[in-house]
Amino acid sequence: MLPESSLVLGLSFEVKTETGSTATAQQGHELLLFEALREGLEEEMERDPTVCVIGEDVGHYGGSYKVTKGMAEKFGDLRLLDTPIAENSFTGMAIGAAMTGLRPIVEGMNMGFLLLAFNQIANNCGMLHYTSGGQFTIPIVIRGPGGVGKQLGAEHSQRLESYFQSVPGLQMVACSTPYNAKGLMKAAIRSENPVILFEHVLLYNLKERIPDEEYVLCLEEAELVRPGQDITILTYSRMRHHVLQAVKTLVSKGYDPEVIDIRSLKPFDLFAIGNSVKKTHKVLIVEECMRTGGIGASLRAAIMENFFDELDAPIGCLSSQDVPTPYAGPLEDLTVVQPPQIVFAVEQLCKH
Amino acid sequence: MGWPRSIVGALQRLNQRGLAERGDLFLSISREYTLQRSVPGERHGYILRSFGANAYRSEAQERKSSIPVEIPVPYQLHKLSEGPPQHTQTTQDELMKYYRDMALIRRMEITADILFKSQQIRGFCHLYDGQEAVAVGLVEALTDDDSIITAYRDHGLYLARGGTLFECFSELMGKRTGCSGGKGGSMHLYNVKKRFYGGWGIVGTSAPLGAGLSFAHKYLNKKSVAVAIYGDGAANQGQIYEAKNLAALWDLPLILLVENNHFGMGTAEWRASKQITFYDRVHYIPGLKIDGMDVFAVREAICYAKEHCMSGKGPIVVECDTYRYHGHSMSDPGSTYRTHDEIKGIRQERDPINHVRKLILKEGFATADDLKSMDKEIRKEVEEAAAKAKEAPQPAKDALFAHIYKNDAALQFHGFVR
Repeated sequence: MLPESSLVLGLSFEVKTETGSTATAQQGHELLLFEALREGLEEEMERDPTVCVIGEDVGHYGGSYKVTKGMAEKFGDLRLLDTPIAENSFTGMAIGAAMTGLRPIVEGMNMGFLLLAFNQIANNCGMLHYTSGGQFTIPIVIRGPGGVGKQLGAEHSQRLESYFQSVPGLQMVACSTPYNAKGLMKAAIRSENPVILFEHVLLYNLKERIPDEEYVLCLEEAELVRPGQDITILTYSRMRHHVLQAVKTLVSKGYDPEVIDIRSLKPFDLFAIGNSVKKTHKVLIVEECMRTGGIGASLRAAIMENFFDELDAPIGCLSSQDVPTPYAGPLEDLTVVQPPQIVFAVEQLCKH
Repeated sequence: MGWPRSIVGALQRLNQRGLAERGDLFLSISREYTLQRSVPGERHGYILRSFGANAYRSEAQERKSSIPVEIPVPYQLHKLSEGPPQHTQTTQDELMKYYRDMALIRRMEITADILFKSQQIRGFCHLYDGQEAVAVGLVEALTDDDSIITAYRDHGLYLARGGTLFECFSELMGKRTGCSGGKGGSMHLYNVKKRFYGGWGIVGTSAPLGAGLSFAHKYLNKKSVAVAIYGDGAANQGQIYEAKNLAALWDLPLILLVENNHFGMGTAEWRASKQITFYDRVHYIPGLKIDGMDVFAVREAICYAKEHCMSGKGPIVVECDTYRYHGHSMSDPGSTYRTHDEIKGIRQERDPINHVRKLILKEGFATADDLKSMDKEIRKEVEEAAAKAKEAPQPAKDALFAHIYKNDAALQFHGFVR
């Protein structure tokens, strides 16, 4: 099935990979997610000399998650700028540079560190196009790993998408596979708007075969991962993989869920989501944000407002618990949504 | 002029009266801080331990069995006419204590390394080996009324500040018996009784929080200092500068201790900082740079710094030139941005435990075999604590929702049942 989301240059895709996105069977090359991000970065940096990367240990060290490994040797120290540990100022610096014609990519070593730059991102980056009456654009990309990892502790397990979603003027996308990581990276860099690209700390070593040809994905579109009839499951980032695990169990129990990776966290692709709701009439949102004020909270409101008449059941939303992520393994597992819970939730909702 | 009821009151009166009388108000505060002077010993240009901080180091004990110790590396001073002395006194008991304390930290960090590699410890683990002299020297110079706050490289300080091996290992392994109930992890070790305020994951956090600790000390008329510890990497955070300004503006009793181990993860200090010294960053706060691998230098410098703060002169920066043998964390090999020769060289020339070991052997306080059996004992103690922590139980399920708020037993959580 041809996904609505990919803008492919001249080739049609037929075969689904294990991760659920599509790529050609024989052609293409296999790589890990962090390598896919690097490929997207390199291609865009070769294409446009104003694209540069600013962040801690991105140059000589190669990036703490190896996304920029080897790039400083290729592009030089200026385009892979190793910064001091000063998120507030180097993010501000990148925004200032973006105002005057550069296309910087700010890497937060962990998304949580960008809380120090919240003022820059919320006030300066998101609002300037509006407050200047359209005079300035901020073609900046802010990216980094976030989400709950493997016992990284509370301060390193932040989900910033819930904090940034209210800021007007920002676009937010979340990648979940090597295929969409590269496509979204390229799209984000080419976008004239400020884009926050949320990567996940546990997904960097996902392997997939992606096309050799150049491709750019659409920032605002959701990805249909698995078509179905019974229920629409909306998810993004790491939870996509938990959902797919649950889907295996659900299918064996006779359910036919439709899985959509929303990818675009701001704005929501209500067109794709609406079409799905009209088909299945039941929605379950599975996210890693906390229950209070997360992406799921906003998505529920949007679906309820726009598609109330299509719903046969209340919208279910599985989110992380409203707790600082504990360090202890078993407690951390309780914090995050697990596949058996997704199965249970689908069973409950499908009773309607 | 009467003693102001509170700092807030003082500041309000200050605003009303204007700058000219500023000296007056704060002079009255500083008079309260200068305690009875002890029997004058040698003149060092300041009174050593005039606040009676270290009870065990009474004058009598010192005269009885003390030996002189040189502090070879000269202090570098910023806006200070005279620094701490380049020599001090120590005793056999003291030397053995320092050896043991540092060896304990060293052995704990080596054990943590092994535990991490066998996945008993997960996530991020930042090891302190090489920097033991800072922790031990610092704690020696302070009392239990002083507050210490640091960043994520906190295992050594936790232990030096009275934490137990068992609680530390339990926390690192996420067990119920950990100092934070297993919910904090390596970067969140705290000990409220011993005024050890942790344990923070975000770089640079310790300075503003430390300013807060010292603000409370001053507000509540306590004769104690707060020590805020951060690294060379953190020194470029804006919040450090802001905290310095606040502390200087209000003469807060704050010691800003920079653990300069020359690398901010993979970035050397000269690649991150225009100015690679940290004790003289701000012209209105005096500072000194010391050899952070020499426990006596650290002790003397902190005593000196505490005296400075207690006499109402405001904050002071103490930069400790130190080194970490491990990488930034267990996820960093630590060899892509420095050479093995450099690490080996520092181990040979400047290792803090070796420095004390040489003194002990030179003075004949113990033989090499004695120290070897002490090392064995320490190793056994550490491994037993680790084994005991391994057997300890995981946190209970309802620990997940505990301690979100104080008195939160009645808090209910609603939402989709899962």
